[in-house]
Amino acid sequence: MNKYLTLFLILLIPTNSFALIEVDITRGNLNPLPIAVSPLSIDNESKQNFEKILKKKNIGSEISLVIENNLKISGLFNPLNKDAFLQAPDIANLKPRFEDWNLIKAQALITGKVSFVNEKLRVEFRLWDVLAGKEMMALAFTTVPNNWRRVGHIITDKVYERLTGEKGYFDTRIIYVAEEGPKTKRIKKLAIMDQDGANNKFLTLGNELVLTPRFNPTSQMVTYLSYFRNLPRVYLLDIETGIQEVVGDFPGMTFAPRFSPDGKKIIMSFAKDGNSEIYTMDLENRIVEKITNHPSIDTSPSYSPDGKYICFNSDRSGYQQIYVMKSDGSNVKRISFGKGLYGTPVWSPRGDLIAFTKLHKGKFYIGVMRTDGKGERLLTENFYQEAPSWSPNGRVLIFYRETKTDTKGEGFSAKLWSIDLTGYNERLVNTPTDASDPSWSSLLSN
Amino acid sequence: MNRSIIISSVLHLVLIMITALSLPFLAKKPIDLPPIVSVELIQITDKTNIPFAPKAKKIIEKIKEKEKKLVSEQAPPKKVKKIKPDSVPMPDDKVKKVEKIKEDKQNPEKIDDEVKQVSEFEKKELFDPNNIAALIDKSKIETSETSKKTDKITQDQQKSIESIGLSLSEEDALKAQIFGCWSIPLGLPYNENLLVRIKLQLNPDGTISQSEILDHVRMNKPGQGFYKVLAESALRAIKLCQPLRVPTTGYERWKELQLNFDAREMLEG
Repeated sequence: MNKYLTLFLILLIPTNSFALIEVDITRGNLNPLPIAVSPLSIDNESKQNFEKILKKKNIGSEISLVIENNLKISGLFNPLNKDAFLQAPDIANLKPRFEDWNLIKAQALITGKVSFVNEKLRVEFRLWDVLAGKEMMALAFTTVPNNWRRVGHIITDKVYERLTGEKGYFDTRIIYVAEEGPKTKRIKKLAIMDQDGANNKFLTLGNELVLTPRFNPTSQMVTYLSYFRNLPRVYLLDIETGIQEVVGDFPGMTFAPRFSPDGKKIIMSFAKDGNSEIYTMDLENRIVEKITNHPSIDTSPSYSPDGKYICFNSDRSGYQQIYVMKSDGSNVKRISFGKGLYGTPVWSPRGDLIAFTKLHKGKFYIGVMRTDGKGERLLTENFYQEAPSWSPNGRVLIFYRETKTDTKGEGFSAKLWSIDLTGYNERLVNTPTDASDPSWSSLLSN
Repeated sequence: MNRSIIISSVLHLVLIMITALSLPFLAKKPIDLPPIVSVELIQITDKTNIPFAPKAKKIIEKIKEKEKKLVSEQAPPKKVKKIKPDSVPMPDDKVKKVEKIKEDKQNPEKIDDEVKQVSEFEKKELFDPNNIAALIDKSKIETSETSKKTDKITQDQQKSIESIGLSLSEEDALKAQIFGCWSIPLGLPYNENLLVRIKLQLNPDGTISQSEILDHVRMNKPGQGFYKVLAESALRAIKLCQPLRVPTTGYERWKELQLNFDAREMLEG
């Protein structure tokens, strides 16, 4: 009885209990993340060996510069000035003094080491969380010395993915049409370069007119259109081997061949029987299949990443608008309803958005909309710009922009530009000549 | 012959006479130049230092009398009996003096003086240190009374506040601080669950003694790599922000805090 009484009395004793306070944080800042890219340390012997092979004084610093530049052009990172770094690269790679990096407001730190091993380049890098004082990632790559820029791109991709949660797009290439000469007599060549503009190469001589090169999403294969004896011809080009193959000659106006997501088909539009329709061609058996059948002009088809849908533009409503249909051509649905004309729709590799060119009141816009046509956002406006192409992670668009000629017919230029989905990070992509029709490859290191 | 000589001489004499008489009238008057007036350029002051002309003085006096009459037409204000603040200990004479001055000021006859802009100096003339002292003493009593009242409120409502948690302003201050520190990773898939719950143990100064991700199991699940990135960004934000802007009192209330970071709203735009 006494026990129960004691228990009862204990329960009666007032206790100070507090409910756990919860605070919802639904907003943050979208400022670029401050990151310190310490020059990769290198021993003297390796330095001398690389200097002989690559003609670069300090390959460690060169690689870190590639990483820094990539992070900067992404618009999501703010690489800090190296002059402010307090710790030497070799010591920082062993164990960073986080207080020193905290002092310069770095939130993340990249350190690393380069060495010459068996005639090869060995690069190890570490990513550190400065605020938590811990290592987030450590990787090492071994490759031929000439691949040093690619190593920088691969490291950036890893860092980008670890800090943003999405795959990077730095170890990629861009194929485009290099243009030279006066506007009335342009020489157009196929050209390829790294996404940062380095390693530019011309793939054709410029004897024939080339148009709309497009990367295969699964390999380093390119399809493009060229006029041979004034007849449009679709080509396949393997960039790794340089082997070129004719897919077929097509009648009338042929437009923009593009690969299916699995790379087994090509989708394009051409005018057979006087009306432009969308067709697919199986690359194995070369069977051509008609997808649309409408008296209007249907062009610029692009597959969704799962291959189930196709977006294209058509003037079946009286004006050029964007439509989506199933990959067999059924269930055609108009998705663009804004003012102006819509063209060159391209489905995002993420599958959530469709990029397009819009012409309204004499101005050209590059924009995006959801796949149901809602949420239209115009990212950039100019006198003339078109042909957007997505980065493999679906964050950045590359397109080309032309400038007006003056009264003397001079001053014309065509340049490549990139813009991210925020619409704020717009950048000129440097090319040695004028450029148009860019296409972004998938990640090379997939 | 003589006759003609006489006539000629007479006529000559007449001519000489006429000439002699008319010449002074023909002469021009000398130019009468006005005398040079010297002007001294002086700085114009805001106030004139010229004394009132006796005539003007009379006019002004007349206007003043009219104004006085107008004021006197109004009903005289009620003489409110000055309530002596019972808590102010003061020598009686001085209190009376203060009252007298105040009464004078309320006199309608003196309104004329009040119509004239009363300068700060004039106000200072009315300054009475004892009066100020009285006001200070009074305010002390008032504050003590109000504090007593608020004490009473806190004692009564303490439990309810504790159960409510942080007040709106306290919560807003904390949120605003963390908003500034949280760099949202932009690559997160916004159609996924992007909620990270972090439980914090706080020190009285707002620094963090311990932090725990409540759904940490999710971090290692396949296909949830983005969750790790999100959770780490939230932890970075907390570390960057510390010491957190927590209330200065009621430590027991907020020594444990749960922050729910949700990036979906921001990423969906």
